[in-house]
Amino acid sequence: MLASPGARRLALGGLALAAALLPLALTNYWLDVLTFYGLYVLLGLALNVVVGYTGLFNLGQAAFYGIGAYVTAILNTRLGVPVLLTLPVAAVAAGAVAYAVGRPILHLRGDYLALVTIGLGEITLIAINNDVFGLTGGPNGIFGIDRPSVLGFVFGTSLRYYYLVWAVVAVVIGLLHRLENSRVGRAWMLIREDEVAAAAAGVDVAAYKTLAFSLSAALAGAVGTLYAGKMTVIAPESFSTWESVLMFSIVILGGAGSIPGVFVGALGMVVLPELFRDFSNWRMLVFGAAMVAMMVFRPAGLWPARPSAAPGRPAKGGARRAAA
Amino acid sequence: MQAFLQQIVNGLTIGSVYALVALGYTMVFGVLKIVNFAHGELFMLGAYLGFTAAVTWTEVARTATGLILFTLGASLVVAVVGLLVERVAYRPLRRSSRLATVVSALGVSIFLQNAVMLLYGPNYQVYPEGLVSDRAWQVFGVEITLMRAAILATSLALMAGLYFFVMRTRLGMATRAAAIDQDTARLMGIDVDAIIRLIFFLGPLLGAVAGILVGLFYRQINFTMGWTYGMKAFTAAILGGIGNIPGAMVGGLLLGILETLGAGYVSAAWKDALAFFILIGILILRPTGLLGERVAEKV
Repeated sequence: MLASPGARRLALGGLALAAALLPLALTNYWLDVLTFYGLYVLLGLALNVVVGYTGLFNLGQAAFYGIGAYVTAILNTRLGVPVLLTLPVAAVAAGAVAYAVGRPILHLRGDYLALVTIGLGEITLIAINNDVFGLTGGPNGIFGIDRPSVLGFVFGTSLRYYYLVWAVVAVVIGLLHRLENSRVGRAWMLIREDEVAAAAAGVDVAAYKTLAFSLSAALAGAVGTLYAGKMTVIAPESFSTWESVLMFSIVILGGAGSIPGVFVGALGMVVLPELFRDFSNWRMLVFGAAMVAMMVFRPAGLWPARPSAAPGRPAKGGARRAAA
Repeated sequence: MQAFLQQIVNGLTIGSVYALVALGYTMVFGVLKIVNFAHGELFMLGAYLGFTAAVTWTEVARTATGLILFTLGASLVVAVVGLLVERVAYRPLRRSSRLATVVSALGVSIFLQNAVMLLYGPNYQVYPEGLVSDRAWQVFGVEITLMRAAILATSLALMAGLYFFVMRTRLGMATRAAAIDQDTARLMGIDVDAIIRLIFFLGPLLGAVAGILVGLFYRQINFTMGWTYGMKAFTAAILGGIGNIPGAMVGGLLLGILETLGAGYVSAAWKDALAFFILIGILILRPTGLLGERVAEKV
């Protein structure tokens, strides 16, 4: 679909224009919904680097998202650092933690890696809950975080925050698109397809895996800053393993390795349930059943990555690429 | 010293519960090489069905026979749910990617959690008082309540029964064969699909008994309990060597003791983190677990 680059560019431009004009027709409630949609798109894009490109199961991503949010909250409420200035710190902190824990665990594969990352996520959550170093405020969390602002322009309204988040989405997509087709991106996808072949071809598998893991965590940490700035209050339960499961499902449901897939996945996981808020008790039930049904009937996701995007991928059966 | 021994007894009690749940993980992993992420929720379902029986017929539940019958009945229902889960969420995905299987299992988890929440409400449910008499014995200064003794005895009896079944019966031998190599087992005339159904029946059955024991012991149950207990039981399975049935028992008891001692002597607040530290440590340092079952690490 949309094979020619010109048509793709046209479609993208149209989407960007729609995203820019949409707020004029929406209430604050729906602006907030779409802002959170943007945040989950970003989280999905971040996790996609690890799960989609590199083929590593990470079910503890919420920990890095939480570390970012908490770094922002602590720096802002205790030291008065402006929220947007904490963003790089949050990203670096989350990335550094990921780098430190990544080295020893990333040789694990499949379900084993998934379990270790679940463990890391749970330990982080327990640490936050136990008011580690007296900084995290325990189960109550931290409140009174400032809104982000630039030169006195405060992102204080739903409308402004919507534009802030979606501007970041646009930038991140641009970067990831470049990354996908770069030497690094190709190395990641080769590792995903066949680790042994990648190593034989001279790819430093351990280094590239750690890079993917850290980069993905850093991005999630930065999203944590945006989340803290939007909510102005954060608490441990926002970073539980279920949040990790949600991110993981966004990536898989849309189609691992595919940027449009993340948009579709987040739409299904975050916006669709919002439409059915009136049936709030039932929607999670349906949601669980839908996850099973999706995997049974469309295991490659709703919008799978194009088979030609990666070198070394088998020409046929690209949709089954995730079959490892 | 007495306090220490008391901790050991307490640890063994909770550990035998972990062991019962761990058997479900280890059997499924042994044959299918997948982690049944929905197993903890089946354990939770057992606790809730036991609760329903105990609340509806409290007077019957106060008799030992009644309690045993209710436990059996509820566990059989959960075992049937286990079969359904296998049919709906796992069998269609046998030849699919492992990512898909993980997501599907997590979907079942979410479904079961929310189904129970819808049926029973989000609050803690409390088992009726006095279902098991609070008799206790003093052994070398260590207090052993009837409930603790019953938990230990039930778990050990079930584990021994399962061990006998797997090691001494033809069906058990077929299960072991299927765990080693499904294709070869099939060539030998073993109905591997039937074996898979069998383990998805037995695992949830044992898990549900464990759930009811937890309900009787702590009395408070919640629809989220499956996740915590599930992860701990899984850790127990890994600790003992996943795919290895005696390993699950050893791992469960050991984890229970370590956790109780950790809570008593180190920090109660970090108690729940201990299992995860052990999980990570074992997976990094010795993925084959303590009893060293060789399991090829499938990607």
